[in-house]
Amino acid sequence: MTYRHIGKDFTPPDIVSKVTGKAKYSEDFQVDGMVYARLLTSPMPHGKVKNIDLSEALAMEGVIGVLTADDVPPSQAPNPAILTNEPVYVGDPILAIAAVDEKTAEDAISKVRVELEPLPFTTSPTDSLRPGGPSARTEGNVFIQREMSQINWSDEDLQRFLDGKEPTGEAPTEWSFGDLEAGFDNATVVMEESFVTTGYAHMCMEPRSVLSYWQNGKCHVYGSTQSQSFVVPSLAEQLGIEQKDLVYVSEFCGGGFGSKIASYPVLALPGYFSKKLARPVMLRITREEEFYVGSARVGFQGWIKAGFKADGTVSAVDLYIVQDLGSQGTGGDASSAGGAVSILYQPDAMRLRAIPVLTNTTPRGAQRGPGQNQIAAIFEPMLDKAARELGIDPLEIRRVNAPDSSARINANQGPVTSAYMVEALDKGGELFNWKERKKRSGQRNGSKVTGIGVGQGYHSAGESGFDGLVRITPDGKIHLHSGVGNLGTYSYVSTTRAAAEVLNCSWENCVVEHGNSALHLPWSSYQAGSNTTFTHTRANYMAAQDMLTKIKEIAAVTLGGAADDYDVADERVFNTGDTTRSMSYAEVARRSIELGGRYSGAEMPDDIHQVTQRAVQGLAGSGLIGVAKDVLPVRGTVPGLAVAFAEIELDLETGKHEIIDYLAVAECGTVVHPQGLAGQLCGGAVWGFGMASLERHVYDPQNGLPANVGYYQCKPPTYLDVPREIQTAAVDIADPDNPMGARGIGEPAMGCATAAVLCALSDALGGHIFNRTPVTPDMIINHLAKQPQSYAKLAMNTF
Amino acid sequence: MNARLSRRRFIKGVIASSVAAASTSAWYSAAQSDRPQGSVERLLTINVNGKKRRVDVLPQETLAHTLRYKLGLTGTKLGCNRGECGACTVLVDDMTHYSCSMLTHSVRGREVTTVEGVQAPNGDLHPVQQAFVDELGPQCGYCTPGQVMAAVALLKANPKPTRDEARIAMSGNLCRCGAYDHYLHAIMRASGQRT
Repeated sequence: MTYRHIGKDFTPPDIVSKVTGKAKYSEDFQVDGMVYARLLTSPMPHGKVKNIDLSEALAMEGVIGVLTADDVPPSQAPNPAILTNEPVYVGDPILAIAAVDEKTAEDAISKVRVELEPLPFTTSPTDSLRPGGPSARTEGNVFIQREMSQINWSDEDLQRFLDGKEPTGEAPTEWSFGDLEAGFDNATVVMEESFVTTGYAHMCMEPRSVLSYWQNGKCHVYGSTQSQSFVVPSLAEQLGIEQKDLVYVSEFCGGGFGSKIASYPVLALPGYFSKKLARPVMLRITREEEFYVGSARVGFQGWIKAGFKADGTVSAVDLYIVQDLGSQGTGGDASSAGGAVSILYQPDAMRLRAIPVLTNTTPRGAQRGPGQNQIAAIFEPMLDKAARELGIDPLEIRRVNAPDSSARINANQGPVTSAYMVEALDKGGELFNWKERKKRSGQRNGSKVTGIGVGQGYHSAGESGFDGLVRITPDGKIHLHSGVGNLGTYSYVSTTRAAAEVLNCSWENCVVEHGNSALHLPWSSYQAGSNTTFTHTRANYMAAQDMLTKIKEIAAVTLGGAADDYDVADERVFNTGDTTRSMSYAEVARRSIELGGRYSGAEMPDDIHQVTQRAVQGLAGSGLIGVAKDVLPVRGTVPGLAVAFAEIELDLETGKHEIIDYLAVAECGTVVHPQGLAGQLCGGAVWGFGMASLERHVYDPQNGLPANVGYYQCKPPTYLDVPREIQTAAVDIADPDNPMGARGIGEPAMGCATAAVLCALSDALGGHIFNRTPVTPDMIINHLAKQPQSYAKLAMNTF
Repeated sequence: MNARLSRRRFIKGVIASSVAAASTSAWYSAAQSDRPQGSVERLLTINVNGKKRRVDVLPQETLAHTLRYKLGLTGTKLGCNRGECGACTVLVDDMTHYSCSMLTHSVRGREVTTVEGVQAPNGDLHPVQQAFVDELGPQCGYCTPGQVMAAVALLKANPKPTRDEARIAMSGNLCRCGAYDHYLHAIMRASGQRT
């Protein structure tokens, strides 16, 4: 299908402000009377506040006031607290002080005397699971079905797990399908491996600073979130106000990656503080604090057993995961990992068991491919190991297992909307010249050896049921109202192009409204889980269809005939039998205001979300309103799939590797925005390289202190850690459940990269797999020198 | 309590942790109680984007602080405030500097250029900025002003860099979105080596 806007590059309306420095992120705002808040955070991993002496701090000149845990609603464990009297990790905010300037606030913080009683703590899930082990929270050590409880294994269970044997310890999460025993019986090769994937920080470039003030009974919040409209209900609830009394501005967000999906505690803090002080409050977050409150990836300690038939097809997978949740409740990662295995390898039988354990480390949450990407780092190199034993090419073993549109996923073995993984593998294999390149595998050049790898990534990539809102004003402008957050993918705008497509209008005549709830934005999905492209091309399509119907109806009422007699082109509606009977979109907009009712927004559909209802109320009478909830069918899980190919050179003397060449192929339906897709594939690749060999949390188990609270310690990849140039491509076959054929891609773009690099490293080492992320030079040197590794088999927090 | 953790060890840990906490936030600690007693702001004239700006500056004040909070030039971003990320990159006499790690007093008599100062007087984007737009360089955009300034400085010194030279020149600027490739494309485009 040929489109006017879909599949074409364009200049996003916000990009010029990004390159000129005019873009205002939350910390760039200043308002009259603004005061500056600083946080006092916990110096210990778990403790109870016994006493706070503020006398000296509050007596300082320029200090305006203090906000403590007593001033904010208590949180239910393990939900994060805005401020707490029982800190559960080093860096947990205890109180905030506001002053006329930041220096004074910081000086005042240093004058506060907090008496803390130390409580037991843990930095490792397996440490907490042992008999009598410490629990991260007084309420327990595990978070199951949204409740805290206590689980301790026997010494024997723990030892078996730490020895890498089939786990026997209690695992409250369990699902399975198929006959596992028969699956292993049918296998020619059975792999059994234990593994560790280390958590690490999101490290968004923008620390999550927040400005808040109250005006005419409304709370104004300038924050940094991935989503826009989706934040409104959760932030209003955190602030204890009605949604209508919140004005939320997040026109720009300096990176989220899963850490800023909905509201978070720090986002609500200045709202409470500014109410208490009756002054606008700016809370600046430092890089170090961002490391504490900015979320991190869930760590895995696990065991996996997988059976492969002679042709390479996966017959059975038994997966067991202990999840390190950090100090707060999340925990979908293990199940998501299981889901990824179930779709990428289509096993005949599978079982997932998992136990989500809290530790006194930074709060964890979703991070780009939460679960899917950890397991990609483990399963894909293991797949290569099996292929090696079976004498099958790595690309071929992926082809024989690859999901197509009849693929099944998850415990319930439900359908997918469509999948073309074989096409992705074939396209990549051809573009990368896999067969020729594979011949270079193991080739020596001085101290360097070549490794070739292929990896796959998956994440569900689409939701439904959200709203679209478009408006034509009497000046003829087409306003595309987007409740989608501006997280850097440009999906806030690229998805509105589905509406422009339906309305057959020029892009130059469109105005994209976004980034501020006062601009009357519709209810939107969360900008996470790679869903926005699928979800909001649908919602925009639906709203534009509603508008198209109304345009034709207004033409029929005004010019005579039936609505079906009319069509649109060049921002005019015309009678198909007599093209002289026509109206411009501007005239239609003016007419809609006269007609009122559902045309002008005075009436609206019953099924739209209250956020959208308020938006329509705010716009009523200003033009022709097109508004609809997405009720299009979805016949299964919407898969986002990606394949990556990497060639590396590993220096056997230093253990360092260089990525010589990298290609990513997206299987995400129709390409909506080619440059944006390339951006996601490149960005995902960089994240994947970081996970594979650079990034990790390290906590001192003795004192619970983080060893890395900055960029130079956490090691996000730099220009010099990535290949000179990255190649990207896409399968570009339409998905039947999206009117534009599109699906999402952001997260699979990372998992495939992690996997490709780890597989290439393994290839360079003749098939050795480490079953651990990150794989660092010292691990490679120890392996090559036949020295023991510096870490115990399943240990976390290793340097 | 954790059996492996004696009370003495724990107290030692807590002492260590408060020291660690106090020594990390660089700008704040620079502005803290260790500053010279009786320090006061002094009125300076500094040259920013071709204009003389008079501003009251503390002895220990960083250039990033002066630019952002006293001169309203918020295009210069603070990603880390401790010389790790490059988001605050500005030019001083056409050389890149992390403005978070430079004292405002040290730029007296020198030419400071921020991202607000690279557009042409008629408002046209600088070729680097235009190339960043054309290549869809920025993702979240937070590191972008620093990347623009590093690229502008590179092309002043080396108008036709190789991609490898550009990588090295840009390597002091982190991008968590991983837009490195697109930024490099943009540099090659701005230098007339890519169409």
